[in-house]
Amino acid sequence: MPTGERPLSPPPRRGSRRRGPGLLFVLPFAVPFVLFLVWPVVQGVWMSFTDSSLALRDTSFVGFDNYAEAFGDPDVWSSLGNTVLFTALSSIPLVLVALVMALLVHSGLAGQWVWRLSFFVPYLLPVTVVTLIWTWLYQPDIGLGNELLTTLGFEPVGWLSDEAVAMWSVAALTVWWTVGFNFLLYLAALQSLPTTYDEAAALDGAGAWRRLWSVTLPQLRRTTVLVSMLQILASLKVFDQIYILTKGGPNGSTRPILEYVYDVGFTGYRLGYASAVSYVFFALVIVVSLAQLRLFRQED
Amino acid sequence: MATTATAVRPRRRPSREPAGSPLLLGHGRLPRVLAGTALTVLAAVWLLPFLWAVATSLQSEQDVSKPGLSPFKGAFTLSAYEQILERGNVVLWAANSFLVAGLVTLITVAISTLAAYGFSRGTFRGRRGLMAVTVAAVMVPPQLLVVPLFEQMLMFNLVDTYAAMILPQVVAPMMVFILKRFFDGIPRELEDAARLDGASEVRVFRSVVLPLSRPIVAAVSIFVFIGAWNNFLWPFIVINDPGLMTLPVGLATVKDAFGIQYAQSMASALLAALPLVVVFLLFQRRIVSSVATTGLGGS
Repeated sequence: MPTGERPLSPPPRRGSRRRGPGLLFVLPFAVPFVLFLVWPVVQGVWMSFTDSSLALRDTSFVGFDNYAEAFGDPDVWSSLGNTVLFTALSSIPLVLVALVMALLVHSGLAGQWVWRLSFFVPYLLPVTVVTLIWTWLYQPDIGLGNELLTTLGFEPVGWLSDEAVAMWSVAALTVWWTVGFNFLLYLAALQSLPTTYDEAAALDGAGAWRRLWSVTLPQLRRTTVLVSMLQILASLKVFDQIYILTKGGPNGSTRPILEYVYDVGFTGYRLGYASAVSYVFFALVIVVSLAQLRLFRQED
Repeated sequence: MATTATAVRPRRRPSREPAGSPLLLGHGRLPRVLAGTALTVLAAVWLLPFLWAVATSLQSEQDVSKPGLSPFKGAFTLSAYEQILERGNVVLWAANSFLVAGLVTLITVAISTLAAYGFSRGTFRGRRGLMAVTVAAVMVPPQLLVVPLFEQMLMFNLVDTYAAMILPQVVAPMMVFILKRFFDGIPRELEDAARLDGASEVRVFRSVVLPLSRPIVAAVSIFVFIGAWNNFLWPFIVINDPGLMTLPVGLATVKDAFGIQYAQSMASALLAALPLVVVFLLFQRRIVSSVATTGLGGS
């Protein structure tokens, strides 16, 4: 960082560095940061090597036993599989639908605030409100979903009771709930794009589709990379809506890895094992993040 | 990500709303009609769950359970709302949510702004190292901390207290990162001028830096508040006393107790949704532009 030479400023006192805010500015953040983030991360690593339990106050060191058990635990693998399935089912529409919404709203049709409101407001709702509403929509006998299907002459669907369907239902809820945030990111990006390229292409006689594909979408590339990365990381961490909506059922078909951690730790009281499983998950998150960084760097 | 410093600079925008790009649709009539139809259909799909919930909440439980596609199967009644409010819990939980989310926002924004400024301009040793750890911490999923944090709360004897809900939530490395990037983009000359005039570091921060940072501080506050208001897992784990529960936790605990009383479920869902929706309606433009301000949107 260049220390700008300023001939008019008085010569610095001997030994005194350039003035600036001191450690005191950082301390009010650093103390809770170390206490409530760094320490738990470290303590979690330690716990994952013990048989720590909510029921027993005596704990002993068990080495890699928890990790060995986790890798041989079919529930870990199936819940990891569910997590990856959910991430695929939710991330793709969450990026694509958000992009379509933002392009449509940005195209300058009247009623901007109505569209923004419709798409963004679900994002403001607490998870419990969202799941209450969707539990009602997915209600097997009189819910809107099946009423619509039977009116149109289709068979009713076991939205939350059919193992093959339940994860799709959870993903649909999630898209409805959270697409607004990605929509806003895209809208903000669109509004800050320079219009000059678009105008130049229009003067050259490029049609609307052509300009969308060759001018606007390429300009949105960085935003798409950012939105996809944030979305995949967010989807991997799914827990709340699934826990409230299905408790992981039917028959474990929607249980994500973080719910398994919760079940093992707080229902089964095995905190040590729960820590080990959550660090296996953390390893997955880090691998995915690094893979994404590499992938998108290479493309640039 | 690295080039956003300029996009983030505070600037005064003309007060009219950005009209979007009419070019995108060309001059023909057909694309406008198609785009308008697509928007209307999408918006209708997005609003339908709300409208269905509103209609359900305004009927009696008996009418709700009648089959049929009509949203209104019986007479209009406010009885579901009356029953919810009589029980009183939803109002209590909303008050808890406001208290918790408000304090979390206040503390988070205060300590994050100070820290971000310290990281951006500081002269102390270990600054880079600590900032590196903070940036790395963005990767840690908060759920990972739940088990050890709960142990910690047991140790401090804080389970079932407001402090247990609030304290761990005030650590927001992402917000420190966003604020630091913003401060990095402010020219130093203004501060140095104040320093030459003998202003203390606290005064430089308060009188020079903070006034320039209003949009980003507003943006960070809004996102911290929404996050804290909607946080479920942590308060759910650390609170058992129904009198201390926040809205998301309280509603989850009664969801099963409601059984199939859908009119009441929908009424409580809508009551719980109301506060933030009102806040959004009041600050709509600010919230939308705040995304751009954080530098997340543009690039």
